[in-house]
Amino acid sequence: MGKAFAALLAIITLASVYFFAARTWWMPVDISAHGPGVDHQIIETMLLTGVLFLLSQLALAGFVWKFGGPGEGRRISTFPGGAKVVVFAVFVVVGIEILTLSFFGSKVWAGMFFAPAAPNSLHIDVQAEQFAFFFRYAGPDGQFGGIHPELINDGNGNYFGLDPANDVAARDDIVVGSLTIPVNKPILLTLHTKDMIHSFFVPELRIQQDIVPGLEIPIHFTAVQTGKHEIVCTQLCGLGHYNMKAYIEVLPQDKYDEWLKSQSQ
Amino acid sequence: MDHPPAQPTSPQSASTQAATAHVEVHHHTPPQGFIWKYVFSLDHKVIGKQYYFLSLIAVFTGMVLSWLMRVHLAWPTFAIPLLDKLSPNGAPGGVITPEYYLSLMTLHGTIMVFFVLTTAPQAGFGNYILPIQIGAEDMAFPRLNMLSFWVTFVAFCILVSSLFVKDGPPISGWTAYAPLSALGTAGGPGLGLGQELWAFSIATFCIGSLLGALNFIATTLDLRARGMSLMRMPLTVWAWLVTAVLSLLSFAVLLTACVLLILDHVGGTSFFIPGGLVVSDQLQPHSGGSPLLWQHLFWFFGHPEVYIAILPGLGVIANILACTARKPFLGYKVFAYCVMGIGFLSFLVWGHHMFLSGMSPYSALTFSVPTLIITMPAAIVSLLMVCTLYGAKIRFTSFGLFAIGFISVFITGGMSGFFLAQPSIDTQLHASYFVVGHFHMVMGVAAIFGMFAGTYFWFPKMFGRMMNETLGKVHFWLTFIGVYCIFMPMHYIGLAANIRRYSAFVDDYLIPMIPVHKFITVAALLTGAAQLIFLYNLLWSMFRGARAPANPWGATQLEWSVPSPPPFDNFGGKHPVVYHDAYEYGVQGSTGDYVMQDSPEKIVSS
Amino acid sequence: MKTRYFLALALLVAVSSALVVLAAPPAGNGSITGKVTYTGTPPKMKPIDMSKEPTCAKQHATPVMTENLVTGPGNALQDVVVYISAGAPETSASSQTLRYDQKGCQYLPHVLAMEANQPLEIYNDDQTSHNIHPLAKVNPEWNKSQPPGTPPIQAKYEKPERIPVKCNIHPWMHGYFVVLNTSHYSVTGNDGGFSLKDLPAGKYTVTAWQEQSEPQTQDVTLGAGESKSISFTFKVLPY
Repeated sequence: MGKAFAALLAIITLASVYFFAARTWWMPVDISAHGPGVDHQIIETMLLTGVLFLLSQLALAGFVWKFGGPGEGRRISTFPGGAKVVVFAVFVVVGIEILTLSFFGSKVWAGMFFAPAAPNSLHIDVQAEQFAFFFRYAGPDGQFGGIHPELINDGNGNYFGLDPANDVAARDDIVVGSLTIPVNKPILLTLHTKDMIHSFFVPELRIQQDIVPGLEIPIHFTAVQTGKHEIVCTQLCGLGHYNMKAYIEVLPQDKYDEWLKSQSQ
Repeated sequence: MDHPPAQPTSPQSASTQAATAHVEVHHHTPPQGFIWKYVFSLDHKVIGKQYYFLSLIAVFTGMVLSWLMRVHLAWPTFAIPLLDKLSPNGAPGGVITPEYYLSLMTLHGTIMVFFVLTTAPQAGFGNYILPIQIGAEDMAFPRLNMLSFWVTFVAFCILVSSLFVKDGPPISGWTAYAPLSALGTAGGPGLGLGQELWAFSIATFCIGSLLGALNFIATTLDLRARGMSLMRMPLTVWAWLVTAVLSLLSFAVLLTACVLLILDHVGGTSFFIPGGLVVSDQLQPHSGGSPLLWQHLFWFFGHPEVYIAILPGLGVIANILACTARKPFLGYKVFAYCVMGIGFLSFLVWGHHMFLSGMSPYSALTFSVPTLIITMPAAIVSLLMVCTLYGAKIRFTSFGLFAIGFISVFITGGMSGFFLAQPSIDTQLHASYFVVGHFHMVMGVAAIFGMFAGTYFWFPKMFGRMMNETLGKVHFWLTFIGVYCIFMPMHYIGLAANIRRYSAFVDDYLIPMIPVHKFITVAALLTGAAQLIFLYNLLWSMFRGARAPANPWGATQLEWSVPSPPPFDNFGGKHPVVYHDAYEYGVQGSTGDYVMQDSPEKIVSS
Repeated sequence: MKTRYFLALALLVAVSSALVVLAAPPAGNGSITGKVTYTGTPPKMKPIDMSKEPTCAKQHATPVMTENLVTGPGNALQDVVVYISAGAPETSASSQTLRYDQKGCQYLPHVLAMEANQPLEIYNDDQTSHNIHPLAKVNPEWNKSQPPGTPPIQAKYEKPERIPVKCNIHPWMHGYFVVLNTSHYSVTGNDGGFSLKDLPAGKYTVTAWQEQSEPQTQDVTLGAGESKSISFTFKVLPY
């Protein structure tokens, strides 16, 4: 029984590690400028935890194999060095691991969230609501109109609560249901929500941020590859949460300019 | 490790015994009548069983809810028979609507976290075993104990009643983030009366837990028998003690949060709701509140809560491992200090649930550091358990198998924690199935293994009968393989950005992952079916199992020194005296390869 | 002598018949027809971006436009509900079941007029779940999810009310249920025309309601079998 159990433990351990190592299911392609830092951190962590996982589970399997059963004639014995060795090993190995991961990880985090957006960023306003995302570009006048929650009218397409009757800056704001951006240009998104907590996540962009009512939260990134991907909501916001997404399309600069022009007509 | 044994006590007069007892205990006479014996009993053993059976009902309810969820995820248009009778609005024609899925998910999480994981390991086993293990007649406050059970029972009834509310049960998850949970019916179905019942249920549960926590702490500190120093207590008692301290400090905060939430619903307040919200085309009449306030209050409770769920399991497994391995637990003192360390650190890390919540990114790093540090005592206890098996003579009984299985699943669950503790990685893994896999592995599997091991181990003591060993082993093999099949794949699809709490997978990039969900669903249904073997074994053995001796496993703790089941006052009027540490195994004892804690014999190292 | 008797009798019968015919309630074949138009610059309707729901988006070769103020040729105004708000003869509610469709992530028709207590069936013709939420204030408010392939929702409203309807899952989906206590109503098409038929002689108040404006009323008096033509004009603003 013990040997079968040990074998099962080993098989489960190796199978579990296999699917990580083989990347059978893996992160989608990274299209962001800061993404390599995030991916590097994930892979570092995976290697470190993978080694610890293998060692500890295989040790468990090994001990179960070797020390299972009444062991007639065998005496019990204590782990060499006793508890002190375990404590020391954890302090050293896990300690170094968490110091390393913290150090490099905080640099990645700081790059994403401490540093402000580049001054020449393209600024796009995002409105999250039950259950869609809408995006607003400033239009030819380069100014965003003010947001008035009491004027929000989804049936009329006034998702942001703009007041074009009285607010000239709002008249040329471009409001669309998918996010189109140029490649290789810093993008600054200001995230708003009109109702519940939502979240903005593009797996390929390696960026995720909750959108909180009452707060205006900026995030910034640069996409370095063209293509079309999905933005999904990751914070439970009601019954339609599963169906809350928008497409993000990264275009070459000239195609983006064409698209922007076509929206202003 | 060896202590000079105390001299065997000579019979003393009752007055001398009373004078040398630690504390005056209120002796209660055996209860008469069905109501006082089995319903409103003051006996910690009856109360422990009441909690245990409440948890058993809760865990099967929670499991059925999870089967409904998993079937819907794998086959969204499948019409589930009879479900439209339970909820015509939630499942028209038997097809689960998006909001009903979220209701099932909310109740699943709430029932499992509160009524299973916070109840059975601590209030169930703790109530039954702790007083006997420390040599006491009962808990310090038997009446409070009885009250805490019935308060918990009422909380469960309130929660289940939300299933039958016209507008539906709540849909905001067991975490009930505001403003979704605070706005009332404006936010959507299930958020009016359903959400209010949820908040009432949890607030009531908090009160029951607070009462219980007081009892555990007072009992452990004051009612230990002579010779039962803190460092001679079984590790289970350490775990229950630290868990009780965590409960006392954290449930008070959750109670407050629930009261504020109820006030936002019925009192016209706006603790969690800012101004300017437009829901269902209407400007909401609230302003000034903060959704993040709910999250801080909730997770300040929520993180210690998950340690409340796992620490008793750690104690139970450590206790059982020594018996299974027939040798002392490696590093008793280190383990005790680690449990205390984990308890302390658990109050410093709550923000790791909020890295992306909109709180300051500087705070994220501040929370990340203690979160990574807490991996260290957790790693130490895991390795102590592994290394206890070195040089052992492992007995593969059902409880032994579950104890060793616990080590494996706890290590697995802990590993995924390393990823989630880092904010830079959390940007990719937050709200994905990676998180779902992580917390199910540590709570839904490891903690439950603790309860299975505890059940197989203590069943003879609690019911005076033996469970069927063969069925126990079959239960173990099917469950152990099953849980890895269910929860390991979640880590993979989580890495591929499969988002959680979706009632259906309609996004382009999620469609290719649906076959994995089908696999998980099949595994979940089969593993769930295997739990019926356990249920059958449990119920059948209660009435038909072979009679159990006092110490069927050759264990050393005080509960094994009394008959199975124990008399109403545990020690039959005697006051036990403790001479030895908790895990004197692998020695030449008068009764076998062990020496019981209350045995006056000297230990001869073999 | 007898011939004169007969003639007098015949005359009497003829005259009384004529009187009977004239005195009986006249047949209701009067009508009020007309056109609803606008003055001013109407707001531009915006294209609806349905890209988040590809199964719906692909049903429309060109994007669907918002429908809060739909205009037609000759300054016509569409989707205006014109109805008799006073003076209409009492009738019991029609038992004909009305149909409301959720198709291509739109409500069809955008405005559905119905009588109080008239049965209504709501269909989901799409491959996605919808959750229809009529925002009633006078009648009971409810919302209901409809996964694809589930049976139509049966509904009925007892009290007259103009009820905005929205989908809880697709924010751009908006429509109206206009519950009336008369069977004499007409919703204008793209030509702005309306026709209220089968009206006996009498004094009537006709109300016209467009979702963006205050309702307008006009009094019309009809003779027996008379048809009158009236018009409504709504002032519109570009924003």
